[in-house]
Amino acid sequence: MSLTEQARLLLSISRTSGIVRRYFVVNGFDGALTMLGMIIGFMISATDDLTVIINACMGAAIALGMSGLSSAYVSEVAERKRALVKLEEAMIADLRQTAHGEAARWVPFWIAVVNGSSPLFISLLILLPLWLTKAGLILPISPLYVAIIVAMVLIFLLGVLLGQIAGISWLRSGIQTMLVAIITAALIYLFTGH
Amino acid sequence: MVSVKRIVLDVLKPHLPSAIDFSQAIAGVGEDYRVRLTVLEMDENTQTLSLEVEASSVDFEAIESAITSMGGSLHSIDQVDVQNEADDG
Repeated sequence: MSLTEQARLLLSISRTSGIVRRYFVVNGFDGALTMLGMIIGFMISATDDLTVIINACMGAAIALGMSGLSSAYVSEVAERKRALVKLEEAMIADLRQTAHGEAARWVPFWIAVVNGSSPLFISLLILLPLWLTKAGLILPISPLYVAIIVAMVLIFLLGVLLGQIAGISWLRSGIQTMLVAIITAALIYLFTGH
Repeated sequence: MVSVKRIVLDVLKPHLPSAIDFSQAIAGVGEDYRVRLTVLEMDENTQTLSLEVEASSVDFEAIESAITSMGGSLHSIDQVDVQNEADDG
């Protein structure tokens, strides 16, 4: 059995494919909104020092990644162990050396990696225009505006993905998540001195 | 050479892997393996199966190992077809 087939089997027997997908979208959304909020905050503060902005955003992105990684691992290990014990009681057998035992060991790790890397990866994409500008690339508009546009596009795409998972209109779902981002931006402007 | 051509097993397994994945994994034990799985009984967490495997030479130990690795438990061997074939040459 190939590694992909093995992974598919373990995700299937632990009924966690849906959880992985959900964690990717939910935590990716967390990452995108956090970056959006921080960048808008810096724009309001009229800070134009890219090093300060990048370092602050990277700090938040790494913290989001670590938080996603550790929280998902701890909770999923407990969930998988509980499910394995329940199944062992039903089978009246030790299942640690079976696919179910392997799933209990590996699936929490995979879920944690997805949960941690999703906000980190999305945050890095949003910060890309800032790095490019710092590296000397001249963008037609302020890199902070470009980062906000990237964040909005990614939030829209996460909505599209949610729509596809739910089997509803991708456009409607994408617009819904964008609305959340627009409301967030409006709240930040409202509560930070404007 | 004496070979097992067909074997019928009584197996208890968790609901997952599904009957399809389970059968595919058993069929994957050998190239010409043909598997017929019948669910006889089902409760909240487990299924009792009748598993029929046919091949030119059924490797019982490999099948038992595949069943165990997927969390199944072999209860009994219910039927066996064995043939004594003349060696070629």
